[in-house]
Amino acid sequence: MIQLSGITRIFHMGDQRINALDHVDLKIQNGEYVSIMGPSGSGKSTLLNIIGLLDRPDSGDYVLDGKTVTDLSEAEQARIRREKIGFVFQSFHLVPRLTAAENIELPLILSDIPPKERITRVNNALRAFDLFDRALHRPSELSGGQRQRVAIARATIMKPTAILADEPTGNLDHQIGAEVISLLENLHESGTTIIIVTHDRELGNRAHRQLMLRDGKILADKRHDAD
Amino acid sequence: MTLTDTLRLSFSAILSYRTRSLLIVFAMALGVAAVVVLTAIGDGARNYVINQFSSIGTNLLVVLPGRAETSGAFPGAVLGQTPRDLTLKDAQLLGRLPQVRRYAPLNVGEAELSAANRLREVTVLGSNAELIPIRHMKLAQGSFLAHGSAYSAQIVLGAKLAQDFFPLSHAVGQRVRLGENRFLVSGVLAPQGESMGFNTDEIVIIPVEQAQSLFNTTSLFRILVEAKSHNQIDSAKNAILETLKHSHDGEEDITVITQDAILATFDRILHALTLAVAGIAAISLIVAGILVMNVMLVAVNQRTAEIGLLKAIGAHAKDIRNLFFAEALWLSLAGAMIGFLLGQLGSLILRLAYPQLPAWAPVWASLAGILVALITGILASMLPANKAARLNAVEALSKK
Ligand SMILES: Nc1ncnc2c1ncn2[C@@H]1O[C@H](COP(=O)(O)OP(=O)(O)O)[C@@H](O)[C@H]1O
Ligand SMILES: [Mg+2]
Repeated sequence: MIQLSGITRIFHMGDQRINALDHVDLKIQNGEYVSIMGPSGSGKSTLLNIIGLLDRPDSGDYVLDGKTVTDLSEAEQARIRREKIGFVFQSFHLVPRLTAAENIELPLILSDIPPKERITRVNNALRAFDLFDRALHRPSELSGGQRQRVAIARATIMKPTAILADEPTGNLDHQIGAEVISLLENLHESGTTIIIVTHDRELGNRAHRQLMLRDGKILADKRHDAD
Repeated sequence: MTLTDTLRLSFSAILSYRTRSLLIVFAMALGVAAVVVLTAIGDGARNYVINQFSSIGTNLLVVLPGRAETSGAFPGAVLGQTPRDLTLKDAQLLGRLPQVRRYAPLNVGEAELSAANRLREVTVLGSNAELIPIRHMKLAQGSFLAHGSAYSAQIVLGAKLAQDFFPLSHAVGQRVRLGENRFLVSGVLAPQGESMGFNTDEIVIIPVEQAQSLFNTTSLFRILVEAKSHNQIDSAKNAILETLKHSHDGEEDITVITQDAILATFDRILHALTLAVAGIAAISLIVAGILVMNVMLVAVNQRTAEIGLLKAIGAHAKDIRNLFFAEALWLSLAGAMIGFLLGQLGSLILRLAYPQLPAWAPVWASLAGILVALITGILASMLPANKAARLNAVEALSKK
């Protein structure tokens, strides 16, 4: 469970203070499907980065699965990112010189998983995301949809409790974007928490819970049950 | 991340940034090759000099007139005295010392050699029969003062002179003229070439008494003395000084140089020179190190987004630092190895081109070159690796 209370994040631009997040309180249960919407600059990415322990708040508390993680060391936070969190980005962020299979393998390498087990898990992931015949292709040889599937395979290879996706369809056309969303929804079906930042109202409305952000504050928090 | 994975991933990065990698490897290799080749030349020169010295004789002591003192000139000079000449009598006295195996008095001069309508200015050595073994020379034909009086008009020709003057016949037994006097050729030196800047193929040797009358002198240029063994060199030196002081009315007016001492001096000088050259070459490795640092900084910049991604998927700062360290290690290792091989190749080419120069790089120099390359590479990558490890993940990810 993700519990944020009084989370504030301030950026300084010259002598200007930007309240990217302003006393945000938020509780997300394991297995929820949440979308975060709001105008550009409203703090969506900042919120996602703090939930994913990529960024630290200036004040406030963050309790993850019953444990305060705000003050953990860099190494301990890295460990939590590795084991509990999977990131999916708008620009995919694949390592250009590595093949699809090697990109998917990276989190396993960082976790010291033995090579034999890595091969099995990567092969399973390639099959699950329909990438088996693209295993040895480099990102430059893949389509946008395939790249994002590689990124999702990489995000899920460690079986995280939460997938954090920051505008995952931003660089894809509508139909491919919808396919990517349905992949994330499949993950939700199997119990993974999905938090997705999107501009696309239609895609955002498919989530069971929608957060509206503006000026670093949560304006609305709507729920509707699965269709 | 395990060591194997770190090494593997960094290796794949090196392969995919080919130009950058080649640049670093090349710079490193050049530095190491410079160390190897330059020290090979330095050490080769040292060995060359040592060989030259042993080729002119072993356990050799050279007696010369006058006192060479670090404090100044011959002390008698203040009192208006000049150093006494060395004489044949002095030489004979030295021959009786128990530490001395043999001795050869020496006069050196120039004279015109003529025979069979040919004429040439040659260097003349006046000595006794012992000169040949003391100076490690060999006779190709005939003998020198083997029988008969030391005053006999015998002459030994250098190999080239014998060839030039008597191309068609045996030189031994022929008559030649040296200055105004007639000589009978008694022997011919075996070809030996240049030794200590002195071409023994173009000299003639005559008995010392003949030389003294030719050059109208009673003094000797040098006395060469061979001690019975290496251990007796010092005692021979003292005995020579003592004997000649006595015969020169208590005046210590000669100098004895031992070949050992000269050799040790040359050895020291050339060793220092080799070290200096190695040091200069090592500077090129430092330059290579600075290049490594710059290129790695550019690499960190280029791969900022990738570093951010690695952090997002859970890499420790330590993992990222190690990745860049490993890259520098691979590159310097490749550079050091290639440089070592290039250096060995260069030394081989030098040895083939100049067979007299034993241009072998000393082991210490090769090891030091490789080690300095590895250490510079790793030191140079510290700053870039730390910079990469400390990057802010969010900012790194937002960079294209
Ligand atoms: N590193 C940063 N430095 C300065 N300002 C930043 C930085 N990151 C974000 N901001 C500012 O914080 C606010 C929220 O940014 P962000 O969370 O990226 O918004 P969104 O993702 O909703 O577009 C914006 O005004 C943005 O300009
Ligand atoms: Mg954003």
